[in-house]
Amino acid sequence: MLDPLLAARVQFAFTVSFHILFPAFTIGLASWLVMLEFLWLRTGKPAYRSLYDFWLRIFAVSFGLGVVSGIVMSFQFGTNWSRFSEAAGNVVGPLLGYEVLTAFFLEATFLGVMLFGARRVRPGVHFFATCMVALGTLLSAFWILSANSWMHTPAGARYEDGVYYPESWLAIVFNPSFPYRFAHMTIACYLTTCFVVAGVAAWYLRHGRFVQRSSLMLQLAVVFASIVVPLQMVLGDLHGLNTQEHQPAKIAAIEALWETREGAPLVLFAVPDEEAQRNRFEIAVPKLASVILQHDPDGRVLGLDAFPPDERPNVAWPFYCFRTMVGIGILMLVLAWSGAVQLARGRLERSPRLLRAFTWMAPSGFVALLAGWFTTEIGRQPFVVHGSLRTADAVSALPGASVASTVALYVVVYGLVFGAGIYFLSRLVRAGPQRAEVGATAMRPLGVPVEAMEDVS
Amino acid sequence: MAGQALELVWLAVIAFAIFMYVLLDGFVLGCGILFPFAPSDADRDTMMSSVAPIWDGNETWLVLGGVGLFAAYPLVYAVVLPALYLPFTIMLLGLVFRGVAFEFRFKARTSRKWWDRAFQWGSLAAALAQGIVLGAFVQGFEIEDGRYVGGLFDWLTPFGVVTGLSLAAGYALLGSTWLIIKAPGALEQWARRVSVRLLAAVLLGIAAISVWVPQMESRIAERWFSLPNFYVLSQVPLATVVCGYLHWRATRGRAVVAPFLLTMALFTLGYAGLAISLWPNLIPHAVPYWEAAGSAASQRFMLIGVIVTLPAVIAYTAYSYYVFRGKVTEPLHY
Repeated sequence: MLDPLLAARVQFAFTVSFHILFPAFTIGLASWLVMLEFLWLRTGKPAYRSLYDFWLRIFAVSFGLGVVSGIVMSFQFGTNWSRFSEAAGNVVGPLLGYEVLTAFFLEATFLGVMLFGARRVRPGVHFFATCMVALGTLLSAFWILSANSWMHTPAGARYEDGVYYPESWLAIVFNPSFPYRFAHMTIACYLTTCFVVAGVAAWYLRHGRFVQRSSLMLQLAVVFASIVVPLQMVLGDLHGLNTQEHQPAKIAAIEALWETREGAPLVLFAVPDEEAQRNRFEIAVPKLASVILQHDPDGRVLGLDAFPPDERPNVAWPFYCFRTMVGIGILMLVLAWSGAVQLARGRLERSPRLLRAFTWMAPSGFVALLAGWFTTEIGRQPFVVHGSLRTADAVSALPGASVASTVALYVVVYGLVFGAGIYFLSRLVRAGPQRAEVGATAMRPLGVPVEAMEDVS
Repeated sequence: MAGQALELVWLAVIAFAIFMYVLLDGFVLGCGILFPFAPSDADRDTMMSSVAPIWDGNETWLVLGGVGLFAAYPLVYAVVLPALYLPFTIMLLGLVFRGVAFEFRFKARTSRKWWDRAFQWGSLAAALAQGIVLGAFVQGFEIEDGRYVGGLFDWLTPFGVVTGLSLAAGYALLGSTWLIIKAPGALEQWARRVSVRLLAAVLLGIAAISVWVPQMESRIAERWFSLPNFYVLSQVPLATVVCGYLHWRATRGRAVVAPFLLTMALFTLGYAGLAISLWPNLIPHAVPYWEAAGSAASQRFMLIGVIVTLPAVIAYTAYSYYVFRGKVTEPLHY
């Protein structure tokens, strides 16, 4: 671990992986809260208010964890990747600047009103605050994914003497992979949250708690998932085709395709052997990769041999991570559609196996999300800005030992802080939604659920 | 090619963002530093409730300052941050503990004491680290070919210790004068007593730094003490003395808002004093701001965003302070 590049990469991967879980969850939760508050204002049913208060507490903890881990990220570009900052600051800096100006302030400021302001402002104003927080989370995703996409498909800038100079901001912001990545990621956040909501609701139902509010949540989640999971698959396919156009080496790694060939098989499972440049224990469907990627059974798909050895990404990580993501996607689809069928038959809440499956799948979105990120980020290697700036040339000239020691520090601190966060979140979930006090925020002691209360209808 | 307008404007934007951060998160960190000394646990609830709805927005100014530097002066960002690797890491981890304490403390039952500690030590660590960063920044860095070539612990100097302690005292003073505004009854009286002592410490710190800095570089001493500069610039220390006196009177009297505003005035004067000493270098003693600037296209693009959004940011920030105005009468929960 005393290799400074490896230490810096481990530190970035560790801190960003922890970080990404929370914004992903809060992007979905914020929109979910907008919907709940809208329904509450529209119908006046206390169930919606009770659910709003419940998810708001979960949102607050997740948002806090996202904020503190996000600040670490914004300084890490400078501390650990100073040569990246020097080279790409002209392009990436303003995009992050717009994120701060349009999103961070908006979320952070209106969050205060959203959490503590219910008794101080009118309901309409409070709803406005909830909407602004949700808008902030989406704007934040917009800018950060624009910056990230630019690193995959750098457009609109010229690279001169080791520095990128912007030429067209429109081309930079809306770089070729951005629309696909933004859509795919935002939907991923929504689905992650959707499956958490469904999982929590199913868990309550299995234990006979908060029955009406839980079945309301589960129904909404099933309807949403059964429409949006297939949509996500289409978006994922489009994103993949876009990647093939701009980053074919990443696709070759994802498919563990060592040689360029026509009629390329789709490798379902294999153990890629980087030394021997071939797959072991391969199970493959003939010509299917060509069908998927070229929409032609005899289409030509570039293999890793089409790229110089020092421009090839690692194969095993993208290969396995991609399959993890797709596998979870398929499970989500099966579950969502089974749920939809049971819902149509009016038996959704009385399907014990389905409820158990939803409970188990509650964290699945997070796993898929991380797997997808690992696929795309490791697939971009050995570049940090695809095609021009190598990761090895982007790192700060720091001694490996000092980076390694801060890695250790982050592991310990994040372990403590996020461990506590997960503990408090699970305690909030165990306590469940409380009785809605009309017009009041909350001075409710935690963990005193009013199990008997049923107020739907 | 000195003094291009765009570069100057960006210098002002970044200076403004960092200054807003210092003032706004300063009082939040100050509440954290004073946390263990509060008379009672109920007072600690009040202290935390007084800042809970607004701390997050306040902290965002730090991100704006950092990202503004990244976008408009990438070279500075790339030199200063690795040079101060450890203080920045400590600051970030301090802010992590401070930040999560807001969420966890009110939820905790058995572990509440630990989140008290996370809040106080996180705040103190962040404040000290920021003061050390300031000290190291003023002292400058060893640079060759636009890269930092100094050691990992170069920031650990007597001057850095003085700036660290002074800034922590300054934050605590911002915190205690904030509590004069927000805290009811006995806690307000406690805050007044604490403020008087902190004021003395802060003035001592300002005096020490003011004497120290001109001796670092003859150019700085010349700037302050040559004529006719001296007639104009000597107004800064004079104003500091006047502010200090007014502060002392206001804090011992009944004024509610004046002590907080006067603390802000002291910070403004200190900030101005440092700016006068360091001008026009952005990497002190080495690189003037116009040589460190990023591409004009980037500065122009982001400036549009600043001009359009910053007034809105300030407006809704003011609105959120307005929503949570007045004394804290009960602990805030959600």
